Amino acid sequence: MKADSPRSLLDPNADCRRHAFAYLDESAKREIRRQTLKAVAIPGHQVPFAGREIPIARGWGTGGLQLTMSLIGPKDVLKVIDQGCDGSVNAVNLRRLATMTTGCRTVSRTCEATLIQTRHTVPETPLAAGQILIFQVPYPEILRLVEPSETVTRRMHAEADYHRMWTFLYENVVQWGGITIGFRYPVKVHGRYLMDPSPIPRWDIPKLDRSPALMLFGAGREKRIYALPPFTRVEPLAFTDLPFEVEQQFGARCARCGASDAFLDEIPVEEAGKTCWACSDTDYCDQRLADKRGDNGA
Amino acid sequence: MSQAQKPRETLGDSLLSVENLEKTFRLHLLGGIRVEAVQPLSFKLREREFGVLAGPSGAGKTSVLKCIYRTYLPTGGTIRYRRADNGVVDMATCPEQTILEIRKKEIACVTQFFRCAPRVSAEQVVAFARAAQGASQEEALEEARVFLRAFAIPEKLWKAYPVTFSGGEQQRVNLARAMVQGPRMLLLDEPTASLDARAVERFLAALESIRGQGTTCLGIFHNQDMVRSLATEVIEVKPLNGG
Amino acid sequence: MALNGQFPLLRVRNLSKHYGPFCAACAGPARRERETNVCPECGGTAACMDVNFELFPGEVLGVVGESGSGKSTLLRCLNFDQPPSAGEVFYSGADNGHTNLFTLSAQRKRAVRSSLLGIVYQSPHLGLNLDLSAGANVAERLLIQEGAPEYARVRGRTFSLLGKVRMPESRVDELSRTFSGGMQQRVQLAKALAPKPKLLLLDEPTSGLDVSVQASVLDLIASLQRETGVSMLVVSHDLGVVRLLTHRTLVMKTGRVVEQGLTDQVLEDPQHPYTQQLVASIL
Repeated sequence: MKADSPRSLLDPNADCRRHAFAYLDESAKREIRRQTLKAVAIPGHQVPFAGREIPIARGWGTGGLQLTMSLIGPKDVLKVIDQGCDGSVNAVNLRRLATMTTGCRTVSRTCEATLIQTRHTVPETPLAAGQILIFQVPYPEILRLVEPSETVTRRMHAEADYHRMWTFLYENVVQWGGITIGFRYPVKVHGRYLMDPSPIPRWDIPKLDRSPALMLFGAGREKRIYALPPFTRVEPLAFTDLPFEVEQQFGARCARCGASDAFLDEIPVEEAGKTCWACSDTDYCDQRLADKRGDNGA
Repeated sequence: MSQAQKPRETLGDSLLSVENLEKTFRLHLLGGIRVEAVQPLSFKLREREFGVLAGPSGAGKTSVLKCIYRTYLPTGGTIRYRRADNGVVDMATCPEQTILEIRKKEIACVTQFFRCAPRVSAEQVVAFARAAQGASQEEALEEARVFLRAFAIPEKLWKAYPVTFSGGEQQRVNLARAMVQGPRMLLLDEPTASLDARAVERFLAALESIRGQGTTCLGIFHNQDMVRSLATEVIEVKPLNGG
Repeated sequence: MALNGQFPLLRVRNLSKHYGPFCAACAGPARRERETNVCPECGGTAACMDVNFELFPGEVLGVVGESGSGKSTLLRCLNFDQPPSAGEVFYSGADNGHTNLFTLSAQRKRAVRSSLLGIVYQSPHLGLNLDLSAGANVAERLLIQEGAPEYARVRGRTFSLLGKVRMPESRVDELSRTFSGGMQQRVQLAKALAPKPKLLLLDEPTSGLDVSVQASVLDLIASLQRETGVSMLVVSHDLGVVRLLTHRTLVMKTGRVVEQGLTDQVLEDPQHPYTQQLVASIL
C-alpha cells in the first residue's frame, strides 16, 4: 500500500487498522456512551447526543450505527438485520463496515450475538440477559403525531401530559371502531415516559415488555438516544375496555418453514396470481427448517 | 346603636323599619350636581301588612323602594329588616352577599317593566326563579304552573314567549315569577301602570290571594283608590319642595 | 372570612399586569385616574392594576369595560394563560385558600386549571382544536387524568355533556370547523364543564354571534349555571349580557376597577363618573 495513496473503506486491500477501532474516535464514543448511560438511567426519556459524520447518509441507520460502534468491543459478536432479514443490502453494508473497522465476528444466529442492530423488527427468538438490541430510529418523538412543536412536546414529556395522545386514540376508535396505528405504537415505559418504539409492527410490542436484554434506540438524524433497561415495564397505550391487539394473521403459515407464530411477510407470487407468506425473521425461519430436518447437530 | 343589639326590642313586631332614609344622586355627567331624590323618610311595616307609599309624582316613591331593594345605594338613614332567622340587618349598609341572599329567599320585587331572558317560555321564566333557589327542574316547573294557574294565565300560553303577551298577562307572569319564590315581603313599583281596567282587576285579585297567604307587601300604585281595600298602612312620601 | 356561613371560592389580591418599563409613577395613586394605560413617565403599559375582588360559590360576577380596560387580561391571568406582574389568587378548593396559586409550578398550575377552572373564549379557535370533532374536543378535557381511561365511559360522558349544551347526537363526531359560531360556543361550554369545575371563566362568550343565537347561548349559560351551581366570571362589554347573567359587577377602566357592586345597582345607580358615562351610552 503506497503511503500517499488515499485510503478507502471500499478498497478491500486498504489497511483499516489505520482507522480508529470501530471507525469513531474515542471522544466520540465517550460522548455516546455517556448519553447512553443517561438514557438507561431514565427509561424512555430521549437524550440528545452529539452525532458524528460516518460514511452512511443520515436517515439510513446512523443512530443505530453510532450506538453499535460505541459499544462494540473486540470480543463482541454482531448481528445486523433489516426488517428481520440478515441478507438485505443495508444490513450487509452495515455489517461490512463493522467487520472492516473492528474485525469482530458477525453471525446470523440471534442466540449467538452479543450485539444486534435492527431496523424496524425485533427478533422472534427470545433474547437473553447480556444481549443488547440496538434499534435504528427514524423519528424518536411519538408525540409528533399530535403536536408539531418540539418545545411543546418536550414540555408534555416533562409534565407527563399525554392527554392529547389519548385524544388521538379516542378519535381513532370513534372513526374506525378501533385503534389504527400499525407501527410506532405509543408505549408507556416504566409508568412514566411515552416512547416511540420505532417502526416495529404491533406484533413486536409485547417483546419489549420486561425483556432480559438491554434495548437501545438511536436516532441519528434527530440526534436522540433512548433506552429500555432490562426488565422494564413497557405497556402499549390502550383503553381499559379495548385491550391492545397484535396483527391478525388468520392462520397463515410460512411457506418455507410452516410457522404461524412468527410475524409473516405477505409475498405476492406473480405467476400463480396469489400470495404466499414467509417469516420476516430469516434466522428464525432457518432454525425452524434446520430443526425440522434434524440438522441442528449436537 | 348597633343593629345587632337587642333586635326584638328595637324592631318590635316590625318586619321592616326605615329610619331617616335619604337618597341623593350625584350626576358627574352634568358637572357633578347633586339631585335629592328622597328627603328623610321614616316608617315601620309589620308582618302581613300591606303598605302603600303615597305621594305626588316625583316625590321619590320609586327611589324609596329601590333603596330598600338596594338597587339604589341610600345616602343616609337605615333600613332595618328582620330576617327569617330573626337576625336584623341594615340593608342600606350590609354586605352585598347578604343582599343577594335576601333577594333570593326573602324579598321579591315586581316593577312595571317585565324584563326576562328573550326566547324563554313563560313557564320556564317562572320555573327558573324557583330553581335558582335550589329546587329540581321538575319541582320548579310544577310550582311555576301552580302560580301561573293561580294568576289566571291560560295554559295555552305557558309554552309561549312572554314578549308576545299582553301587558296584563306579562305583569301577572312577573308576579308569578316573584311569588313562586315564596318571599316574606313583596315590593311592588307601579305594577299596574300600563294596564287597562280589566287587567288591573285581575292583577289585584292576584294580590288579594297573596295577601291571604300572609306575604307582607309594600307598593306604589298610581291610583290610590284601587288599593284602598287592600292597604293596611299608607305612608306619605312628601316631595322635596313642600307641597 | 366567612359571609353568611360561606367562604369565598376565589380571592384576588392586587392583581397587576404590565408590559414594558415600570416606574414608581406607574403604580402610584396619581395613576388611578389616568385616561390611558400608558405611563407618561416611563412609557410602560399597564394592562391591569391592583385588581381586588372576591367571588363566592354559586355567584356570577360580571366584568365590564371597554377596550383597554384590562378585563381580558384579568381573565387570562386567572386562567394561568399568562403570568401576572404582581398579585395573588387564592382558591378555597386548593390548599383551603392558603396558597397563592401564582407561586405554584407550571405543572401544578395546570393541575389546578384542569380540575377547578373552565374557560370559554370569545373566539372558538382559542378554546377548541378545530381539527378535531366536537366530541374529541370535549373528550380531550376528560382525558387529562392519571392512568388508563375507559373508552365507553369517556364516550358516554362526552355525549351527555354535549347533550346538556343542546347539541344533536348526530353532530357529535363532526369536525368542529364545520360548526356555526353559536355551535362552537356550545362545544366550548361543554368542554369547559367537562371536569365539573368550580369556576367558569367566560370572555365575551356571545360577542360576534347573531342576535338570535346570542339569546339561546345566553339562556344556555344561565341554565347551566343554575343547574350546576358553578361560579362564573363573565367578561363583557355588553351591559345587557351582564344584566342578564350576573349578580355583581366590576367596572374596569384603563386597567383599574373603578366601581364594584350589585349588578342592578351598578347599572341603575352608578356612582363613579365613568360608570355613569358607560350606562348612559347604552343604545
